[in-house]
Amino acid sequence: MFAIAAIAILVSLSLALVRAVKGPTVFDRVLAGNSIGTLALLLLATVGFLTGRPEWLDVAITYGVLNLIGTIAILKFFRHGDLAYNAEDKS
Amino acid sequence: MELLVDLLSGALILAGSFFICVGMVGVVRMPDLFTRMHAASVTDTLGAGLLFSGFMLQAGFSLITLKLIFILGFLFFTGPVISHALSQAAHLAGIRPQLAEDRSKRLEPAGTEAGSGDRRGAD
Repeated sequence: MFAIAAIAILVSLSLALVRAVKGPTVFDRVLAGNSIGTLALLLLATVGFLTGRPEWLDVAITYGVLNLIGTIAILKFFRHGDLAYNAEDKS
Repeated sequence: MELLVDLLSGALILAGSFFICVGMVGVVRMPDLFTRMHAASVTDTLGAGLLFSGFMLQAGFSLITLKLIFILGFLFFTGPVISHALSQAAHLAGIRPQLAEDRSKRLEPAGTEAGSGDRRGAD
């Protein structure tokens, strides 16, 4: 059962990778990257149950946090060209 | 009782795998950025929710279940935040949702609409 879930997540990862390569705009690639991060989280949890080692779930929590921070950082970078951009300084 | 829990968690895990695949197929096949985000949210909420519900039934009442609930709650809170940030950034960058009238204009003979040429690459 866990193996079927892992295979389904791997297939979904390859589909997200197709969109990341094909995506016409940068936002499609950001969306694909975010989906790849979520699928990596799910794959980590599934592999943890597949191998009978639930310690993988801690790694999955870390991936969830990094996914949020990374996506917001990429969006901010492509909006302003600067991660330290402060709107109140400019206006 | 054990068999019942196993069957139920197996059904939940299979349903979650199905919805994860469906969401990613939508990401590949949808015509527009905003519809793609709609498809991707299926993976984030329904797929992950069903998958982790199946895992929780397998894990029983333990610390693993608490961690799974924590990850699930985190996904439920961060998914809308990322969706909002992404759609707002795309909107500010000038990307507009593909509407039904755009699509009907595309079917008319070439040369009637000046801006119809560059929209074709968005598929």
